[in-house]
Amino acid sequence: MIQLFAFYLFACVMVAAGALTIFARNPVHSVLWLIVAFFNAAGLMVLVGAEFIAMLLVIVYVGAVAVLFLFVVMMLNIDFAELRAGFVSYLPFGMLIALVLLAEILLGVGIWQAGPVELAGRAAPVPTDMHNIEAIGALLYTRYIFLFEAAGIILLVAMIGAIVLTHRARSGVRGQNIAQQNRRNPKDAVVNVNQPVGQGVEL
Amino acid sequence: MIGLQHYLVVSAILFVMGVLGIFINRKNIIIILMAIELILLAVNLNLVAFSAFLGDLVGQVFSMFVLTVAAGEAAIGLAILVIYFRSRGTIAVDDANRMKG
Repeated sequence: MIQLFAFYLFACVMVAAGALTIFARNPVHSVLWLIVAFFNAAGLMVLVGAEFIAMLLVIVYVGAVAVLFLFVVMMLNIDFAELRAGFVSYLPFGMLIALVLLAEILLGVGIWQAGPVELAGRAAPVPTDMHNIEAIGALLYTRYIFLFEAAGIILLVAMIGAIVLTHRARSGVRGQNIAQQNRRNPKDAVVNVNQPVGQGVEL
Repeated sequence: MIGLQHYLVVSAILFVMGVLGIFINRKNIIIILMAIELILLAVNLNLVAFSAFLGDLVGQVFSMFVLTVAAGEAAIGLAILVIYFRSRGTIAVDDANRMKG
Protein backbone atom coordinates (compact mmCIF):
# COMPACT_ATOMS: atom_id res chain seq x y z
CA MET A 1 0.00 0.00 0.00
CA ILE A 2 2.71 2.44 1.02
CA GLN A 3 4.66 1.28 -2.02
CA LEU A 4 1.74 2.03 -4.30
CA PHE A 5 1.34 5.47 -2.78
CA ALA A 6 5.08 6.18 -3.09
CA PHE A 7 5.09 5.07 -6.71
CA TYR A 8 2.23 7.35 -7.70
CA LEU A 9 3.67 10.25 -5.73
CA PHE A 10 7.10 9.96 -7.34
CA ALA A 11 5.65 9.35 -10.80
CA CYS A 12 3.23 12.29 -10.69
CA VAL A 13 5.81 14.71 -9.31
CA MET A 14 8.38 13.54 -11.85
CA VAL A 15 6.04 14.01 -14.82
CA ALA A 16 4.89 17.40 -13.53
CA ALA A 17 8.51 18.50 -13.03
CA GLY A 18 9.37 17.31 -16.53
CA ALA A 19 6.49 19.35 -17.96
CA LEU A 20 7.56 22.44 -16.03
CA THR A 21 11.15 21.93 -17.25
CA ILE A 22 10.13 22.40 -20.85
CA PHE A 23 7.41 25.01 -20.25
CA ALA A 24 9.15 27.28 -17.73
CA ARG A 25 9.76 30.85 -18.87
CA ASN A 26 13.09 31.21 -17.11
CA PRO A 27 15.81 28.64 -17.89
CA VAL A 28 17.05 28.82 -14.29
CA HIS A 29 13.64 27.56 -13.20
CA SER A 30 13.91 24.90 -15.89
CA VAL A 31 17.15 23.63 -14.36
CA LEU A 32 15.61 23.56 -10.90
CA TRP A 33 12.59 21.59 -12.16
CA LEU A 34 15.00 19.23 -13.90
CA ILE A 35 16.65 18.61 -10.52
CA VAL A 36 13.23 17.83 -9.01
CA ALA A 37 12.58 15.35 -11.83
CA PHE A 38 15.93 13.65 -11.22
CA PHE A 39 15.27 13.29 -7.50
CA ASN A 40 11.89 11.70 -8.14
CA ALA A 41 13.33 9.36 -10.75
CA ALA A 42 15.89 8.30 -8.15
CA GLY A 43 13.00 7.62 -5.79
CA LEU A 44 11.32 5.45 -8.41
CA MET A 45 14.53 3.50 -8.84
CA VAL A 46 14.89 2.96 -5.10
CA LEU A 47 11.36 1.53 -5.10
CA VAL A 48 12.40 -1.35 -7.35
CA GLY A 49 15.60 -1.98 -5.43
CA ALA A 50 18.21 -0.31 -7.64
CA GLU A 51 19.77 1.82 -4.92
CA PHE A 52 23.16 2.20 -6.54
CA ILE A 53 21.83 3.65 -9.79
CA ALA A 54 19.49 5.89 -7.83
CA MET A 55 22.33 7.35 -5.76
CA LEU A 56 24.48 7.67 -8.87
CA LEU A 57 21.66 9.56 -10.56
CA VAL A 58 21.51 12.03 -7.71
CA ILE A 59 25.28 12.46 -7.56
CA VAL A 60 25.99 12.67 -11.28
CA TYR A 61 22.92 14.49 -12.52
CA VAL A 62 22.11 16.78 -9.63
CA GLY A 63 25.65 17.23 -8.42
CA ALA A 64 27.40 17.66 -11.76
CA VAL A 65 25.19 18.02 -14.81
CA ALA A 66 22.49 20.26 -13.34
CA VAL A 67 25.07 22.50 -11.68
CA LEU A 68 26.89 22.75 -15.02
CA PHE A 69 23.63 23.80 -16.67
CA LEU A 70 23.06 26.35 -13.93
CA PHE A 71 26.55 27.77 -14.40
CA VAL A 72 26.11 28.16 -18.14
CA VAL A 73 22.62 29.65 -17.87
CA MET A 74 23.79 32.21 -15.34
CA MET A 75 27.11 32.95 -17.05
CA LEU A 76 25.76 33.76 -20.49
CA ASN A 77 23.94 37.06 -20.78
CA ILE A 78 21.01 35.98 -22.91
CA ASP A 79 17.74 37.65 -23.76
CA PHE A 80 15.44 34.72 -23.07
CA ALA A 81 12.27 36.58 -24.01
CA GLU A 82 13.51 36.83 -27.58
CA LEU A 83 14.27 33.10 -27.63
CA ARG A 84 10.71 32.32 -26.67
CA ALA A 85 9.31 33.95 -29.78
CA GLY A 86 7.52 31.31 -31.84
CA PHE A 87 6.84 29.19 -28.79
CA VAL A 88 3.08 29.33 -29.34
CA SER A 89 3.32 28.69 -33.06
CA TYR A 90 5.42 25.56 -32.50
CA LEU A 91 3.07 24.29 -29.81
CA PRO A 92 0.27 22.66 -31.89
CA PHE A 93 2.65 20.77 -34.17
CA GLY A 94 4.79 19.68 -31.22
CA MET A 95 1.73 18.54 -29.29
CA LEU A 96 0.54 16.58 -32.32
CA ILE A 97 3.88 14.80 -32.71
CA ALA A 98 4.08 14.14 -28.97
CA LEU A 99 0.56 12.73 -28.75
CA VAL A 100 1.12 10.46 -31.75
CA LEU A 101 4.40 9.24 -30.26
CA LEU A 102 2.82 8.67 -26.85
CA ALA A 103 -0.11 6.77 -28.37
CA GLU A 104 2.29 4.57 -30.31
CA ILE A 105 4.44 3.80 -27.29
CA LEU A 106 1.43 3.09 -25.06
CA LEU A 107 -0.02 0.84 -27.76
CA GLY A 108 3.25 -1.04 -27.87
CA VAL A 109 3.42 -1.35 -24.08
CA GLY A 110 -0.21 -2.49 -23.95
CA ILE A 111 0.17 -5.14 -26.61
CA TRP A 112 3.53 -6.36 -25.39
CA GLN A 113 3.48 -9.60 -23.45
CA ALA A 114 6.56 -10.80 -21.63
CA GLY A 115 6.06 -14.30 -22.95
CA PRO A 116 7.79 -17.22 -21.34
CA VAL A 117 10.88 -15.58 -19.90
CA GLU A 118 13.65 -18.08 -19.59
CA LEU A 119 15.06 -17.28 -16.21
CA ALA A 120 18.06 -19.49 -16.85
CA GLY A 121 18.85 -17.39 -19.92
CA ARG A 122 19.50 -14.23 -17.96
CA ALA A 123 22.91 -12.70 -18.55
CA ALA A 124 23.55 -11.88 -14.89
CA PRO A 125 20.87 -13.10 -12.48
CA VAL A 126 20.41 -10.95 -9.39
CA PRO A 127 22.27 -12.74 -6.59
CA THR A 128 20.21 -13.32 -3.47
CA ASP A 129 23.07 -13.22 -0.96
CA MET A 130 24.46 -9.81 -1.91
CA HIS A 131 23.30 -6.22 -1.71
CA ASN A 132 22.59 -4.30 -4.88
CA ILE A 133 25.82 -2.28 -4.75
CA GLU A 134 27.95 -5.32 -4.02
CA ALA A 135 26.37 -7.28 -6.86
CA ILE A 136 26.87 -4.45 -9.36
CA GLY A 137 30.46 -4.05 -8.27
CA ALA A 138 31.13 -7.76 -8.63
CA LEU A 139 29.70 -7.63 -12.14
CA LEU A 140 31.27 -4.35 -13.18
CA TYR A 141 34.83 -5.16 -12.17
CA THR A 142 34.87 -8.61 -13.71
CA ARG A 143 32.76 -9.19 -16.77
CA TYR A 144 32.28 -5.56 -17.79
CA ILE A 145 35.73 -4.26 -16.85
CA PHE A 146 36.59 -3.22 -20.42
CA LEU A 147 33.28 -1.44 -20.88
CA PHE A 148 33.86 0.25 -17.54
CA GLU A 149 37.28 1.48 -18.64
CA ALA A 150 35.85 2.61 -21.96
CA ALA A 151 33.35 4.70 -19.98
CA GLY A 152 36.27 6.23 -18.10
CA ILE A 153 37.99 7.08 -21.40
CA ILE A 154 34.78 8.69 -22.65
CA LEU A 155 34.69 10.91 -19.59
CA LEU A 156 38.38 11.80 -20.01
CA VAL A 157 37.87 12.71 -23.67
CA ALA A 158 34.80 14.76 -22.77
CA MET A 159 36.75 16.62 -20.10
CA ILE A 160 39.71 17.38 -22.38
CA GLY A 161 37.36 18.34 -25.19
CA ALA A 162 35.42 20.75 -23.02
CA ILE A 163 38.62 22.39 -21.77
CA VAL A 164 40.14 22.67 -25.28
CA LEU A 165 36.91 24.06 -26.71
CA THR A 166 36.35 26.74 -24.12
CA HIS A 167 39.96 27.68 -23.43
CA ARG A 168 40.83 31.07 -24.80
CA ALA A 169 44.39 32.39 -25.08
CA ARG A 170 44.11 36.04 -24.12
CA SER A 171 46.54 38.49 -25.69
CA GLY A 172 48.13 41.30 -23.75
CA VAL A 173 48.61 39.32 -20.58
CA ARG A 174 52.11 39.39 -19.09
CA GLY A 175 52.85 35.92 -17.90
CA GLN A 176 56.05 34.57 -16.42
CA ASN A 177 58.41 32.99 -18.97
CA ILE A 178 60.58 30.77 -16.81
CA ALA A 179 62.84 29.54 -19.61
CA GLN A 180 63.65 33.08 -20.63
CA GLN A 181 64.39 34.00 -17.03
CA ASN A 182 66.76 31.09 -16.64
CA ARG A 183 68.57 31.83 -19.91
CA ARG A 184 69.31 35.41 -18.86
CA ASN A 185 72.93 36.04 -17.99
CA PRO A 186 74.13 38.84 -15.65
CA LYS A 187 76.90 39.67 -18.17
CA ASP A 188 74.32 40.70 -20.80
CA ALA A 189 72.22 42.64 -18.38
CA VAL A 190 74.61 44.66 -16.19
CA VAL A 191 77.56 46.77 -17.33
CA ASN A 192 80.17 48.32 -15.06
CA VAL A 193 81.24 51.74 -16.33
CA ASN A 194 84.09 53.81 -15.00
CA GLN A 195 82.58 57.17 -15.80
CA PRO A 196 84.93 60.13 -16.31
CA VAL A 197 83.98 63.34 -14.58
CA GLY A 198 82.14 65.90 -16.72
CA GLN A 199 80.80 63.62 -19.42
CA GLY A 200 77.33 62.24 -19.99
CA VAL A 201 76.67 58.56 -19.59
CA GLU A 202 76.42 56.70 -22.89
CA LEU A 203 73.46 54.42 -22.76
CA MET B 1 0.63 -3.95 -7.10
CA ILE B 2 3.25 -2.03 -9.06
CA GLY B 3 4.27 -3.91 -12.18
CA LEU B 4 6.58 -3.41 -15.09
CA GLN B 5 3.79 -1.79 -17.12
CA HIS B 6 3.48 1.06 -14.63
CA TYR B 7 7.13 1.92 -15.02
CA LEU B 8 6.96 1.63 -18.79
CA VAL B 9 4.02 4.02 -18.96
CA VAL B 10 5.68 6.58 -16.68
CA SER B 11 8.92 6.54 -18.60
CA ALA B 12 7.02 6.71 -21.91
CA ILE B 13 5.31 9.89 -20.69
CA LEU B 14 8.65 11.36 -19.62
CA PHE B 15 10.24 10.42 -22.95
CA VAL B 16 7.45 12.08 -24.91
CA MET B 17 7.80 15.15 -22.73
CA GLY B 18 11.45 15.39 -23.71
CA VAL B 19 10.58 15.12 -27.39
CA LEU B 20 7.91 17.80 -26.97
CA GLY B 21 10.48 20.02 -25.25
CA ILE B 22 12.75 19.78 -28.29
CA PHE B 23 9.88 20.69 -30.59
CA ILE B 24 8.49 23.69 -28.74
CA ASN B 25 11.78 25.27 -27.63
CA ARG B 26 13.32 25.21 -31.06
CA LYS B 27 15.41 28.34 -30.53
CA ASN B 28 16.69 27.87 -27.01
CA ILE B 29 19.43 25.27 -27.12
CA ILE B 30 19.79 25.17 -23.33
CA ILE B 31 16.24 23.87 -22.98
CA ILE B 32 16.87 21.46 -25.87
CA LEU B 33 19.84 20.01 -23.98
CA MET B 34 17.70 19.68 -20.86
CA ALA B 35 15.03 17.91 -22.90
CA ILE B 36 17.67 15.46 -24.11
CA GLU B 37 18.57 14.83 -20.48
CA LEU B 38 14.90 14.10 -19.78
CA ILE B 39 14.83 11.60 -22.65
CA LEU B 40 17.93 9.86 -21.34
CA LEU B 41 16.41 9.79 -17.86
CA ALA B 42 13.34 8.04 -19.26
CA VAL B 43 15.56 5.49 -20.99
CA ASN B 44 17.46 4.89 -17.75
CA LEU B 45 14.20 4.36 -15.90
CA ASN B 46 13.18 1.80 -18.50
CA LEU B 47 16.47 -0.06 -18.20
CA VAL B 48 16.30 -0.15 -14.42
CA ALA B 49 12.66 -1.27 -14.42
CA PHE B 50 13.35 -4.13 -16.82
CA SER B 51 16.43 -5.07 -14.83
CA ALA B 52 14.48 -5.21 -11.59
CA PHE B 53 11.41 -7.02 -12.88
CA LEU B 54 13.29 -9.59 -14.95
CA GLY B 55 15.90 -10.17 -12.26
CA ASP B 56 18.86 -9.40 -14.48
CA LEU B 57 21.57 -7.01 -13.30
CA VAL B 58 22.91 -6.12 -16.75
CA GLY B 59 20.21 -3.50 -17.16
CA GLN B 60 21.57 -1.55 -14.20
CA VAL B 61 25.14 -1.85 -15.44
CA PHE B 62 24.09 -0.57 -18.84
CA SER B 63 22.12 2.23 -17.23
CA MET B 64 25.38 3.36 -15.65
CA PHE B 65 27.03 3.60 -19.06
CA VAL B 66 24.09 5.62 -20.35
CA LEU B 67 24.62 7.94 -17.41
CA THR B 68 28.32 8.32 -18.31
CA VAL B 69 27.58 9.19 -21.91
CA ALA B 70 24.86 11.63 -20.83
CA ALA B 71 27.32 13.43 -18.56
CA GLY B 72 29.91 13.67 -21.33
CA GLU B 73 27.30 14.84 -23.81
CA ALA B 74 26.13 17.59 -21.48
CA ALA B 75 29.69 18.79 -20.88
CA ILE B 76 30.60 18.89 -24.58
CA GLY B 77 27.25 20.39 -25.57
CA LEU B 78 27.55 23.20 -23.07
CA ALA B 79 31.16 23.84 -24.12
CA ILE B 80 30.07 24.18 -27.74
CA LEU B 81 27.24 26.43 -26.58
CA VAL B 82 29.68 28.68 -24.73
CA ILE B 83 32.00 29.13 -27.73
CA TYR B 84 28.99 29.63 -30.03
CA PHE B 85 27.75 32.37 -27.72
CA ARG B 86 31.21 33.93 -27.64
CA SER B 87 31.44 34.20 -31.40
CA ARG B 88 27.80 35.06 -32.21
CA GLY B 89 26.54 36.82 -29.08
CA THR B 90 23.32 34.81 -29.10
CA ILE B 91 22.26 31.22 -28.63
CA ALA B 92 19.37 31.24 -31.09
CA VAL B 93 20.14 28.06 -32.99
CA ASP B 94 17.34 28.20 -35.54
CA ASP B 95 19.47 30.44 -37.76
CA ALA B 96 22.78 28.68 -37.20
CA ASN B 97 24.07 28.35 -40.74
CA ARG B 98 27.75 29.16 -40.44
CA MET B 99 28.83 25.74 -41.71
CA LYS B 100 26.33 25.83 -44.59
CA GLY B 101 25.29 22.30 -43.74
